[in-house]
Amino acid sequence: MRRATRAGGAPQRYSAASLFRHGLTHEDWERVWRTVEMRRSYDAVVIGAGVHGLATAYYLASNHGMGNVAVVDKGYVGGGGSGRNTAIIRSNYLTPEGVRFYDRSTRLYENLSATLNFNVMFARRGHLTLAHTDASVRTMRWRAEVNKLEGVESEVIGPDEVKELVPFMDTSTKTRYPILGALYHPPGGIIRHDAVNWGYARAADSLGVEIHQGTEVTGISTDRGRVTGVTTSRGAISAPVVVNCTAGWASLVATMAGVRLPIITHPLQAAVTEPVKMFLHAVVVSGSLHVYVSQTDRGELVFGASTDPYASYSMRGSLEFTEELATHVLELMPSISKMRVLRQWAGLCDITPDFSPIMGVTPVDGFLVDVGWGTYGFKAGPAAGEAMAELVATGKTPESIAAFDLARFEEARLVGERGAAAVGH
Amino acid sequence: MILIPCPHCGDRNSSEFTYAGEVHSRPSPGDARQGPWRDYLYGKDNPAGWTEERWFHGSGCGKYLRAERHTVTNEIRATRPEVGAGASSRTRP
Ligand SMILES: Cc1cc2nc3c(=O)[nH]c(=O)nc-3n(C[C@H](O)[C@H](O)[C@H](O)COP(=O)(O)OP(=O)(O)OC[C@H]3O[C@@H](n4cnc5c(N)ncnc54)[C@H](O)[C@@H]3O)c2cc1C
Ligand SMILES: [Zn+2]
Repeated sequence: MRRATRAGGAPQRYSAASLFRHGLTHEDWERVWRTVEMRRSYDAVVIGAGVHGLATAYYLASNHGMGNVAVVDKGYVGGGGSGRNTAIIRSNYLTPEGVRFYDRSTRLYENLSATLNFNVMFARRGHLTLAHTDASVRTMRWRAEVNKLEGVESEVIGPDEVKELVPFMDTSTKTRYPILGALYHPPGGIIRHDAVNWGYARAADSLGVEIHQGTEVTGISTDRGRVTGVTTSRGAISAPVVVNCTAGWASLVATMAGVRLPIITHPLQAAVTEPVKMFLHAVVVSGSLHVYVSQTDRGELVFGASTDPYASYSMRGSLEFTEELATHVLELMPSISKMRVLRQWAGLCDITPDFSPIMGVTPVDGFLVDVGWGTYGFKAGPAAGEAMAELVATGKTPESIAAFDLARFEEARLVGERGAAAVGH
Repeated sequence: MILIPCPHCGDRNSSEFTYAGEVHSRPSPGDARQGPWRDYLYGKDNPAGWTEERWFHGSGCGKYLRAERHTVTNEIRATRPEVGAGASSRTRP
């Protein structure tokens, strides 16, 4: 295996000193990653330059010395869900395998700025999932216990403690859905999603990985049940391993290899307000009200909800989404009624029947999937990339992702995460 | 918001309907192979283009219907009543 090195030598390292020097001299910053000619063959081709594709390529190069890898994307780095999500990081899931997996990812995120030499602005804010019904209090207790068993900090708290954490919240009993309690998860937080994408792209590039934007995969070639490469809008590439990291488009790409996935693509919308002074520290999610909210370091409130109610590849926002969102948010926090929404947008989510991802091998040798990330996959990028890289490099499925294989649907081993993933992404 | 021309009620907002997904035919009950049943339960075409699907008009006539919809533009070019078992809420809630 060829360990490619960067054409122009080691990349510029970012530091306080380099920032100061650039500020003084106004010399140009180096481009963050290279644009190079696409070659005809690689040791692996990763389809999709979102956080999953980029992290897979980065860990292939950094953990396994496999730098002869191309990441191809029909659009641009972070043009899919990875640049459209609301950047919530948490590990308070429901199944033990889910909790362990997302915990690994959260830990990788905590140190990612140092790992990548790129400030990804991870902010540990604490994450609150509100319970408005007895049934959801029960689910919260269940999640808290599973979390604790796996060594993840989570506990059920009452309305008074919720009020202490979020003083602006209406915790009275006069509302339509009074708050009965919440699952409090201190390690949860938010991150700067673009920085994560760019940081992985830059670090992967510096280890020899090539990123080819504007390169659409139009076909996947196979020979006697083995993948041999891809055809793209810019010509054919041969590779013994092809990894599908295309999220909302995953079914279309898998179909090219003759693999059928249990995935439906639904749009998911989000909105952001004008910035105001910091007042909301925690991330707040309400399943019953179908809404969640957090405040960015810049002061904007970021809102989201559940997916649009029907399958679609359309990324247009809708007025009904904003109206419903506003109604529900104001039930939780009446005091923000004067704030204005600045913009709203949509991204595509690849929804699976059990609200868990699909990672690993497929019936086609060498054609791997890291898909089914639905509305919750940004937080999973580091752990998924790390595990997928290990699978590519060693040919063995790592224990951490074994439960999330495609064969589970045939063998009736679903990993039910609906209770922990349908609204809170 | 998309408008769905219900064959019974005329043009209505999609919010009156429940999306019931792609239409797939069920394997014969005599077929005990896992593959076809797995595919029937979980397999999806999930196409980017024209597709045939079922909707349920819950806030209207209470009947199922078939629609041909384009999943990229959301245009609906044809709808027709669902026939046979499962056509109305009385036979299949
Ligand atoms: C509004 C919204 C809010 C969300 N909030 C959260 C959240 O708070 N927390 C969380 O963890 N997750 C969240 N998610 C989910 C998260 O964004 C995704 O699960 C995650 O970003 C998926 O990353 P990815 O790298 O797998 O795919 P993507 O980032 O979607 O990248 C897929 C890439 O594949 C490319 N592609 C597709 N087809 C082809 C082809 N034929 N050839 C070449 N390239 C192709 C696309 O151009 C795209 O760039 C949210 C999603 C949305 C839309
Ligand atoms: Zn009707």
